[in-house]
Amino acid sequence: MQSSVRRNTELSLLIVALIVGAGAMTLVALARSVDRIALALPLAGVVAVAYIGAHVLVRRVARQADPLVLPLVAILNAVGLAAVYRLDPRPDGFGPAQVTWTVVGLVFFAGTLLALRDYRILARFKYIFGFAGLFLLLLPITPLGTEINGAQLWLRFGGYSFQPGEIAKICLVIFFAAYLADRKELLSIATRRLGPLHIPDLKHFGPLLVMWSVSLAVMFYEKDLGSSLLFFSIFLVMLYIATARIVYVAFGMALFAAGAFVGYQAFSHVQERVSTWFNVFDPKIVQDEGFQLAQSLFSFATGGLFGTGLGQGRPGIIPEAHTDFVFSVVGEELGLLGTAAVLVCFMLLVARGLRVALNTRNDFGQLLASGLIAIFAIQTVIILGGVTRLLPLTGITLPFMSFGGSSLLSNFILVALVLRVSHQSATEPDPARTGEILIGGRGGP
Amino acid sequence: MQTQIRRVGMGLTVAFLAVFLQLNYLQFWGAEAIADKPGNSRELLREYSIKRGDIVTADGVTVASSRETKGDFKFERTYPQGELYGHITGFYSLVFGASRIESSFNDELLGESDVISMQDIRDRLFESGEQGDNIKLTINSELQEVARQALGDQTGAVVALDPNTGGVLAMWSNPSFDPTPLAAHDTQVARQAMEQLRGGDSDPLFSIATSKGYPPGSTFKVVTIAAALESAKYNANSRFPDPAELDLPQTDETLTNFTKQPCTTVGRIDLFTALTVSCDTTFAIIGLDIPDELFDMAERLGFNEPLPFDVSTQASLAPEVPDDQAPFRAFAGIGQGNVQATPLQMAVVAATIANDGVVPRPRLVEQIIGPNVDVVEDIPPETLGRAMSTDTANTLTDMMEAVVDDERGTGTAARIPGVSVAGKTGTAQNVEGAAPHAWFISFAPTEDPQIAVAVIVENGGSLGSEATGGQVAAPIARAVIEADREIRGW
Repeated sequence: MQSSVRRNTELSLLIVALIVGAGAMTLVALARSVDRIALALPLAGVVAVAYIGAHVLVRRVARQADPLVLPLVAILNAVGLAAVYRLDPRPDGFGPAQVTWTVVGLVFFAGTLLALRDYRILARFKYIFGFAGLFLLLLPITPLGTEINGAQLWLRFGGYSFQPGEIAKICLVIFFAAYLADRKELLSIATRRLGPLHIPDLKHFGPLLVMWSVSLAVMFYEKDLGSSLLFFSIFLVMLYIATARIVYVAFGMALFAAGAFVGYQAFSHVQERVSTWFNVFDPKIVQDEGFQLAQSLFSFATGGLFGTGLGQGRPGIIPEAHTDFVFSVVGEELGLLGTAAVLVCFMLLVARGLRVALNTRNDFGQLLASGLIAIFAIQTVIILGGVTRLLPLTGITLPFMSFGGSSLLSNFILVALVLRVSHQSATEPDPARTGEILIGGRGGP
Repeated sequence: MQTQIRRVGMGLTVAFLAVFLQLNYLQFWGAEAIADKPGNSRELLREYSIKRGDIVTADGVTVASSRETKGDFKFERTYPQGELYGHITGFYSLVFGASRIESSFNDELLGESDVISMQDIRDRLFESGEQGDNIKLTINSELQEVARQALGDQTGAVVALDPNTGGVLAMWSNPSFDPTPLAAHDTQVARQAMEQLRGGDSDPLFSIATSKGYPPGSTFKVVTIAAALESAKYNANSRFPDPAELDLPQTDETLTNFTKQPCTTVGRIDLFTALTVSCDTTFAIIGLDIPDELFDMAERLGFNEPLPFDVSTQASLAPEVPDDQAPFRAFAGIGQGNVQATPLQMAVVAATIANDGVVPRPRLVEQIIGPNVDVVEDIPPETLGRAMSTDTANTLTDMMEAVVDDERGTGTAARIPGVSVAGKTGTAQNVEGAAPHAWFISFAPTEDPQIAVAVIVENGGSLGSEATGGQVAAPIARAVIEADREIRGW
């Protein structure tokens, strides 16, 4: 596809997304009073201008990038924004703050695209990213960390709190991608067979054990099952992509299950989480530790097929509705139609990201793009599963929709990296394929 | 690596589909069941955001209304008349739910009945704040106050019905309760109020008028006579032996007259006189003779099932007595033994006789009025069928008139100059040693009945064990009838 066609597609889809977003903001404002529109529309305008700016930049520095990613991000972001604004429209409330964070996030998006003209440079600094990721991930365990809502994953500076895990996930994916691109052959050599499984040399299980201990540390010291599961599973996924050895995944899952079992036996907060998950409607639990989850389920159930309409429901009953439970707001006010639409947008975004990975012809790029999009997808599934009671609830954010600066920032950087890979794989001739053409053999696939 | 990436993609798709299936369960298949689970306050918040309609008496006194608050729950219920209408309106409480009219007319008060007025449409279009319909009671506020004054601090109840429509003109039970603190949005206040109400020996939340069954005693004799007359085996002049005590079958026990004497000096007594002087042995004989007819008559009058009413009621009881317990048939004839009646039930018995034998369905609500005073719905009076022929009802009316008018009558305390009052006293034994309950049922004027009244004073009230229905309950009924005559001008 020609780059101008791609970018025009992006622009027109982006405009549709922004119109939907502005419409959602208008409805949310209208549900309170007509005067509110005067306050809400400028906010929608600021967001629209920021997105158009991002688009113009993509046109200049990543012409060949996938045209669906930015519009999909925009529509998820806009619906999330309307939901957060709906919960707290005060001038100093979460709604306007989320607009600010969106703009800051888009600035980081632009900065990433501008500063990083060739993503392969990242591979050179893989150990720096590796250590930085590990450091950030484990930072909250140090005295700098603060416990919020029972999980210790926050840093507090002055009035701001910051979730270093959100940035850590990008650093670690870069590290894994570079490390695995180097080692994939080595790690995939199978020396033994056990039934259908090819088993590599035992020493190659070392990295897996290292990641396992890190994830256990996160689970036990930060009391955060969600992040722990997220980081360990992304490593398994990338290890599998690199080596095609399903045995790593099986062994890793067994290790994690063992760790989780020990955690369940040893820590009351883990037991409480699981018991809440099973017995959320128990009269003793529903008003207490199960309150948040139960209210989320009531939101979904009240919304039904079509929802109460934006601004017409009562999702504010859910504690922390604006962060982890923003999807429940969508469920109550837009119904199954709304939640299904959001789900489809997430799936499309993931599909486009994986398409980028498939179109990339070097190992690092392929691992980087698929790793970034996989961690994005796994995070989404963990929190969506949590608020719908499909999985035990763990406190992580829903990308682009939940309130939170750290989350928005890291996801905008993540998307910028995917677009950078996308642009480069579309413009730069793939060495392998060029070789084939030079030899005069078969044509491209 | 292409293959692995595709597989990861498939795995993620499965995960997303699992979420989608779960959403289908939460928002479609299981939505209703989940939304109805306890702990979901959304429905409450919605209800409390509607300006609930007022409850007003027939003469326009507001007895329940809504006031706006600053809290999450927008409207709070208040009951300006305090305890006077507690058992009628009930309460509408965040903590304890709703009771009585507040519960049975909840949809109307919230404006969610089937009838849609222009106001509803306007509300829905312009969101001007939803408003419910108002409820107009059949109660007359002055008569309600008279009933309270007349009963005073004695435990008991007064029920006054319009026999033609079944409309309750006054219904007062003592003790009663003020619903306002129970409806407080401050849950502390509400809980404390409830604890206080539940703390004493009696339960003021419990409505004696509609829900407490007492042995009806001699007031039940009118039911016995109705059954006797309808059976065609007896008429007003039928003669009965007049012993001081009656031998009961299957036992050595006897049934003794209240006075422990024969009822007359001539050795025999006719049915008409037997009611006038409330002769127990006569009615015990009838009870033994026609138990099935008596049981049928009681059921036609509403016994053995909760009376259909605008608030919940307790069933009055007149159970069928098996052959091997025949003495209880004698007791049933005089309203003792297994027979139990609520004051409302006995008011319905009196109203039926006044209404030529047709049982009026008692009711509290006569109109539902839209927020803008355009009448939404007139509730037509209903009947529960015919219990006895007009002739029987007329004969009973004559007999009951004699109870009040005749010098030998037990209900002379209910006489009103210039008004023909029909009545029947009851002095009901209950547990051994406790003072008997004093009953009086009546209606007036006999030519064209306008009001039927039932009164019970528990354990004889201020007169205690010396009390009879004639002494304690009849003057209360008289006061209510006199006041109604004044107020409604008949």
